[in-house]
Amino acid sequence: MSIGSTPLKFKVSIDPDRCMSCGRCIENCSYGVYRKEGDDIRINSRNCVACHRCLAFCPRDAIDIEEKPNDYRSHPLWTREVREAIFNQAKTGRIILAGMGNALPYPVIFDRLVLDACQVTNPSIDPLREPMELRTYLGKKPSSLTLKQLPDGEVELITKLTPNLQIETPIMIGHMSYGAISLNAQTALAKAVSRIGTFMGTGEGGLHESLYPYQKNMIVQVASGRFGVDINYLERGAAIEIKIGQGAKPGIGGHLPGEKVCADVSCTRMIPEGSDAISPAPHHDIYSIEDLKQLVRGLKEATEWKKPVFVKIAAVHNSAAIAAGIARSSADAVVIDGFRGGTGAAPRVFRDHVGIPVEAAVASVDAKLRQQGIRHKVSIIASGGIRESADVAKIICLGADAVYIGTSALVAMGCRVCGTCYQGNCAWGIATQKPELVKRLDPETNSVQVENLIHGWTLELAELMGAAGINSIESLRGNRDRLRGYMLDEGLMEVLDVKTVGA
Amino acid sequence: MCGIIGVIDRNRQLMDGGKIRDSLAMMDERGSGEGAGYVAYGIYPDYKDYYALHVFFDNIRENKVPLDNLLEKWGTIVHDEQIKTYEQPNIRKVHTPWRYFFRPDRSLMPKSTTPDEDIVTHLVMKVNAEKNGALIFSSGKNLGVFKAAGWPEDVANFYRIEDYKGYLWLAHNRYPTNTSGWWGGAHPFNLLNWSVVHNGEITSYGTNRRYIESYGYKCTMYTDTEVVAYLVDLLVRKHGLSEKLAVRALAPPFWEEIDRMPPKEQELNRAIRLTYGPALMNGPFAICVANENALVGFTDRIKLRPLVSGESGDRLYISSEEAAIRRIDPDVENISMPKAGEPVIGRVYS
Amino acid sequence: MTTVRIDAHRLHYTPLNQKIRAAIADGATEIIIDNVLGQRFIGDGVRGDGVTITVNGVPGGDLGMFMSGPTIIVNGNADHAPGNTMDKGKVIIYGSAGDAVAHSMRGGRVYVRDNIGYRGGIHMKQYMEKRPILVVGGSARAFLGEYMAGGLLIVLGLTGITPISERGVGSGIHGGEILVRGPVDGLHLGVGAKQTPATEEQKVMIKPIIEDFAKQFGLDPAPLLASDYTRISPASARPFANKYTWE
Repeated sequence: MSIGSTPLKFKVSIDPDRCMSCGRCIENCSYGVYRKEGDDIRINSRNCVACHRCLAFCPRDAIDIEEKPNDYRSHPLWTREVREAIFNQAKTGRIILAGMGNALPYPVIFDRLVLDACQVTNPSIDPLREPMELRTYLGKKPSSLTLKQLPDGEVELITKLTPNLQIETPIMIGHMSYGAISLNAQTALAKAVSRIGTFMGTGEGGLHESLYPYQKNMIVQVASGRFGVDINYLERGAAIEIKIGQGAKPGIGGHLPGEKVCADVSCTRMIPEGSDAISPAPHHDIYSIEDLKQLVRGLKEATEWKKPVFVKIAAVHNSAAIAAGIARSSADAVVIDGFRGGTGAAPRVFRDHVGIPVEAAVASVDAKLRQQGIRHKVSIIASGGIRESADVAKIICLGADAVYIGTSALVAMGCRVCGTCYQGNCAWGIATQKPELVKRLDPETNSVQVENLIHGWTLELAELMGAAGINSIESLRGNRDRLRGYMLDEGLMEVLDVKTVGA
Repeated sequence: MCGIIGVIDRNRQLMDGGKIRDSLAMMDERGSGEGAGYVAYGIYPDYKDYYALHVFFDNIRENKVPLDNLLEKWGTIVHDEQIKTYEQPNIRKVHTPWRYFFRPDRSLMPKSTTPDEDIVTHLVMKVNAEKNGALIFSSGKNLGVFKAAGWPEDVANFYRIEDYKGYLWLAHNRYPTNTSGWWGGAHPFNLLNWSVVHNGEITSYGTNRRYIESYGYKCTMYTDTEVVAYLVDLLVRKHGLSEKLAVRALAPPFWEEIDRMPPKEQELNRAIRLTYGPALMNGPFAICVANENALVGFTDRIKLRPLVSGESGDRLYISSEEAAIRRIDPDVENISMPKAGEPVIGRVYS
Repeated sequence: MTTVRIDAHRLHYTPLNQKIRAAIADGATEIIIDNVLGQRFIGDGVRGDGVTITVNGVPGGDLGMFMSGPTIIVNGNADHAPGNTMDKGKVIIYGSAGDAVAHSMRGGRVYVRDNIGYRGGIHMKQYMEKRPILVVGGSARAFLGEYMAGGLLIVLGLTGITPISERGVGSGIHGGEILVRGPVDGLHLGVGAKQTPATEEQKVMIKPIIEDFAKQFGLDPAPLLASDYTRISPASARPFANKYTWE
């Protein structure tokens, strides 16, 4: 007695009138959907993940991919996904591994917040003709300054500022490790951020030596597995980020399967080839908040207090209190990774059910830090589900200093959010280490695409600010008066500290 | 759009309010008849060592006793009296203005280095946030705010402003947007010795308010201007910045300008922007701020509101319009327009 | 020539303009207004070729707004936006003026003897035979000629202050030209503006205007004509063509 096969996820068909049998679909599909039999192209739809590589390369638009071609009896509770998860686990008895971000249809808070614009009582500013400042400094700020009045009437600054990262747009690229993504993908991102004047994270997989030329735009990550971490690595980064957790899988560590640990990854991570790279759930030198302070200070001491140290946490229920602890730890920024954050691989149950949205987390962190008078001690970096410039503007209004994007940057390189990164078969050469797939991704071309994306968002952000009569991003930050909630419940509006539309 | 006029006599020679009224009234076009106000420094020489609290009571019988009790809990009421008003056909007297001369008991704020100011600030914030029919709208020494909902000339006549003699005046003619013309919403806004008049709208208010509230101030007036008074109090009184650097923090140079400065200057300006980013004021504004020693006028960084200054002997005038200055002093000289974001400052000689 | 004198002491602008209009209707060609102080909208929408209106005092904003024909002479400073959306005629200011001088001016001339404030000549525009001209004897503040779509703007730097010392000159300029006597620091150029030394041909073009300006204010035109000028003009007629992509 068996469950039998489950319905197809996708059904692929080729329009014979359009197809010219060029075979590009066969060449491009890394999942084995297409094969040639005689003159015919045969299709195995069951292998399809809807990565659209074939569509993108079909010269005749001959391919159609249909999602969920077979219906289950519809049921609001027993959804298709739930039933299929049960089939899967009944067969395997295992934890279901999934990719990308939260796939449950929770309401998106961003989409229930609307931005403001000026009419009459103040002029909107045209960002292309008048100055518009998006420059952001990430790091600790003094709460006040000590100045010395000099006899000549000049003033001397006595306060010494701690190092900050200077970014010309509040958009950075988050941590996606070499291992999770390919070196070509990382290289494309690195070229993009160095041209834009922003930063990217290395992820927890170390820094490949071919990326050394871009190191001044890299934030090196120290995660619980400490892969690739040595003093050389720490010194190369513009800043150091301690990863406590990530939004896609709060409470558990990263896991890179041995299959993805090729020779080069092995060398960068500093572990043997083919071995699993398993990051423990916690840092085993951090069991309490004071231990975090020790790690922050340990890293600062090692790098002679020249580098800002960030701490990344998954957005969880108590993020605000945790962030308040982080703010007191000598850390320079706290990264709040919301529950929509992407990942190469995460247990489905975590990806979909653990953590909270970044909008609410950032709002409560910003408010808590202000209440305690320590907002200046840390910058807030928001990540996890930032899809467009409007999201950037909204999260800054809610209190963030800057954002990390991840999935959006991958989409700019061709990713179709098929969510099967963990298979290591990425047809776009992004989430794979297979040389024949990796080489599909040209770092130069893709870096331009990523750069274009951030440039376009930056222009839009400047327009949004200008429309709101704001010419400096400091005045957008935490400016919740310029947001309104549309069909948000009262409790959530209170957390977000926004009024309803019309109010 | 609002109209503003300010004047300081650096030699502390007193000027009565009559000409200020005329000057403000000639900018009626800038207002809507829903709010006007005046502040004069030097008007209470007999009580100059006490905090002059000006209060709007909704109802004397109900609201005064609780305030008396509160003040007596925190210090001594040296003298109090109703502020004289004179009925005007166009002003509905919805509040009774009252003045107290108050001496705080500094032993009640033992940890503070500025106990008097902290007690008065605390009282102002508490009373105004509670909204129990009393609003303290003026709380400095030897100075007083006089304001109401109405046209400038009516408000002036309501208080008979020409009876007050000060060496420093600010006046404001309001065109309300954020709130209707209620008395508390009229300018000047005052806290301790700081008074502010403002033309424009602060688009960064949400950021500024949350910043200043994290230092214990409470914004209770439903309008953006009060935040300026608190910001100046924080920056100058508590953080020790000069007026000039406080303006630098509120309307700083652009980054590209800072990037071009020589290293020391660059470092200072960067530090100011990093430290006081949440205090930066955006949107169109022309503002005059005064304390007992100085009058400061400045505009937003891209000069979206007008501001003109002029001089005559010991006097410095700052206004929305040159004509308003000339109404007071036809022979005023050195008419000039302050650069965007840069203060024009008049300071008493001693 | 019929002269009419109006005492504007404490006179609101509406009755003042009514008197101006009435005088013109009655055939006055010279109107002298004394004791002007702060009245806005003087000459607003007034027609009358060959009419001269002399303003003695300091008028309020929007002097000569929508005006079509008359010449206004101000013996004093002007407030914001003299010549606002003016169609035809002349505004001559014996003094300085506030922000947004000649805002959106469509035609005619504005001469300011001394300095002007921010955003002078903003969005001046020209169409067919209408070509507005703004001449500033002294200096201009930031965002001079912002959005400029047409016309001619001349800054002479005669008041001892550098004519251009602030940002954003010609920011978004897509038509018309700005001529500044002497050099302009490239730092002050706005987005979409370019600068080149004025050619002899361009100097010939402005010669009659400079002469007229000098004559008006009793200046010697020779040194002005002998000077070098910097010409600021659009880098492209569509400086922001690359801003958008289609959905």
